[in-house]
Amino acid sequence: MPTFTMRVFRGDPRGGDFKEYRVESDEGMVVLDVIHRIQATQANDLACRWNCKAGKCGSCSAEINGKPRLMCMTRMNTFTEGEPISVAPIRTFPLIKDLVTDVSYNYQKAREVPPLRLRPPEPDGTYRMMQEDIDRIQEFHKCIECFLCQDVCHVIRDHDLKKAFSGPRFFIKIAGLDMHPLDTVDRTEFVQKAAGIGLCNITKCCSEVCPEHIHITDNGIIPMKERMADNFDPVVWLLRKFRGHRRSPA
Amino acid sequence: MATPEYETHEHDVLVIGAGGAGLRAAIEAAAQGVSVGLVCKSLLGKAHTVMAEGGIAAALGNVWPEDNWQVHFRDTMRGGKMLNNWRMAQLHAQEAPERVLELERWGALFDRTKDGRILQRDFGGHRYARLAHVGDRTGLEMIRTLQYHAIHQGIDVYMECKVERLLKDDQGRVVGAFGYWRNTGKFVLFKTKAIVIATGGIGKAWKYTSNSWEYTGDGHSLALWAGADLIDMEFVQFHPTGMVWPPSVRGILVTEGVRGDGGTLKNNTGERFMFNYIPEFFKGETADNIEEADRWYEDKKNNRRTPDLLPRDEVARAINAEVKAGRGSPHGGVFLDIATRRPADYIRRRLPSMYHQFKELADVDITKEPMEVGPTCHYVMGGVRVDAETTAATVRGLFAAGEAAGGMHGSNRLGGNSLSDLLVFGRRAGLYAALYAKDFGGSLTVSAAHVESIAREVLEPLTRSGGENPYAIQAELQDTMQNLVGIIRHERELKEALKRIAVLKDRAKKVRVDGGRTYNPGWHTALDLASLLTVSECCAMAALERKESRGGHTRDDHPYTDDTWGQYNVVERLQDGQLILAREPLPEMPPELREIFRERK
Repeated sequence: MPTFTMRVFRGDPRGGDFKEYRVESDEGMVVLDVIHRIQATQANDLACRWNCKAGKCGSCSAEINGKPRLMCMTRMNTFTEGEPISVAPIRTFPLIKDLVTDVSYNYQKAREVPPLRLRPPEPDGTYRMMQEDIDRIQEFHKCIECFLCQDVCHVIRDHDLKKAFSGPRFFIKIAGLDMHPLDTVDRTEFVQKAAGIGLCNITKCCSEVCPEHIHITDNGIIPMKERMADNFDPVVWLLRKFRGHRRSPA
Repeated sequence: MATPEYETHEHDVLVIGAGGAGLRAAIEAAAQGVSVGLVCKSLLGKAHTVMAEGGIAAALGNVWPEDNWQVHFRDTMRGGKMLNNWRMAQLHAQEAPERVLELERWGALFDRTKDGRILQRDFGGHRYARLAHVGDRTGLEMIRTLQYHAIHQGIDVYMECKVERLLKDDQGRVVGAFGYWRNTGKFVLFKTKAIVIATGGIGKAWKYTSNSWEYTGDGHSLALWAGADLIDMEFVQFHPTGMVWPPSVRGILVTEGVRGDGGTLKNNTGERFMFNYIPEFFKGETADNIEEADRWYEDKKNNRRTPDLLPRDEVARAINAEVKAGRGSPHGGVFLDIATRRPADYIRRRLPSMYHQFKELADVDITKEPMEVGPTCHYVMGGVRVDAETTAATVRGLFAAGEAAGGMHGSNRLGGNSLSDLLVFGRRAGLYAALYAKDFGGSLTVSAAHVESIAREVLEPLTRSGGENPYAIQAELQDTMQNLVGIIRHERELKEALKRIAVLKDRAKKVRVDGGRTYNPGWHTALDLASLLTVSECCAMAALERKESRGGHTRDDHPYTDDTWGQYNVVERLQDGQLILAREPLPEMPPELREIFRERK
């Protein structure tokens, strides 16, 4: 079995550094397996988050050789034996310990988003929605809240504008609500002011790191910016809410 | 040692666990106007519900208008080999459709029928296509919907917080919970009038499991230690299709939706072997030839269901037998083939995360090649014994819902019935816990001395000089349960398992971990051993007691289903610190419901 040198960040808010561990990797192993092996045999107290180990829960986000990835979906056989592999916490968020960061910023931003408010049901008491009207939103609903998009977004990472900016995760959340065929809420002001969409200058870093391959920028943020421009006109906004979001042939 | 410090929070209802059941309970309790706390071991939205794939079973009748609650009730009871609490199964079947529609009103976007209603898919043991779903990521949609609904209901959420013990007052009522914050290691006391246990299952006691680190039987154990009864703990579901290769992913779930959408199981000779494993009990409703089975997907009125979609216990045993007989796949599973049965774009659209999972983790393109699959520990049918209507446990002030509660699924759960169970009984737990809290008389009194003694015990692994590695004990327990309390059981092996568990319990009291209290997984693992060992013992003891084979309990030495045993549940409780067993008769089903089982097979 190949043996790898893992350079794992160990530390807390007071400071820390990378520590080297030599670990054997069995067939098919992912970085998370190797981290677990270190935990079980060399460093019981090595902190990391994880749940599903199948790319579905978005808990094990880290920066592997500098790239924001899910540890559970990064195969060891993509690395060359002999070259050290570095594993660091997602550094945009305050460190708690080792690979675990304080992501509470995201939970605060989640609460700020004005929730869905449905229009009245059909006369038979039910709602109808067509598949083609929800395809695009279902793409946004694939989000596993790994917060890797938030981690790489330079508005949050480099400029630390956390207060003024919701970030890509919540732009697709808002987009999903705005595009919901039954929704009646106008989020224009929220998106422009509290969510700070104007700060995004569409560098697409978020889309590149999304493990669910959601087209965050192209399908979420850009159309939202376009809608913001339109929505200065209340008649257009009303018409859209009334007629739904079906894209009419140009 | 100095007196341990702790912070205190007070609520009317404290919900422990924030998966589907816990979130739904918290939402309902908040709707009753009481103060609600919601505690979860992980971050909000990461609980095991997120991994549910196939769908939510509910007789909406959108695809097959013939479907109704009676048919769903009948399927559920027969799937559980009639050991289910009939009233729970009835309430579940009756209320599931409204719970699904409610999720839709809260923003869930299920896949649609052509006329814009919720699409439903086929699943094992269900007579009609019944599962509301979103591709193969239904659990994600459900937890996200509940999570984003819950955060606007004024619920206090305590994330990455673990409850170690429940506290009772001198009247025997549950009035508190004591635990610690995982990120700081600091202690926290909750004073509360009612507690809802919604902590999920126990699957981490097995080596090959679809369950995450969280599934250590915390709620089962908290309830048992507080004096509550557990029921049906011998019944553990091994999902027939987990990944088997490569070794590092062994156990990860492969949704039953693969078979629901047309996939079939084959052995290494290419034979669709499930036709050889149709039990007498399901003969009347199962196709006995390939042609009929394949026609069934389109025409359910004139054809019987494919045996690939027999209930999970049957399929898991069949795969086990094929592998034992030398007809398995190269890595000790069997083949699951959808590539030759459905077009590639259909597979990618219906099963996107399965496609992704196999491509990324196993280098297998499921649109071109078969998957290799085998049984993996998935779900425990047993749990806290509850009242069907109110979800009240046998200790005052304690309620339980979801996987942590027992009775609903009998000896075997049908796929899709878990998500609906979470919603139906999560809501009921929240409602009745809130009503109980409103009627609560007197003050919330917890013993400070008791709290302090728990706190000292919790700190011991950090301060002890010398001692074992908790991960080593966890691994030995997982080997023990895998090898001796697995799919096929035997008295000799169960006795051996109990011996080993007793030794491990002693050793677990002497574990030692490095590091401090801040986010220390070694410490957390050490503390979770207590509950993991408790539920393992409960399972092995109940399995030894039940001398027959039924659902998720198969005895090599008692291979037949025994009608006498069909009249009893195995109940477990603590008496003077010792785990004791009792056989108690099933609640009797009223005649009008018994009629449902006399209909056409």
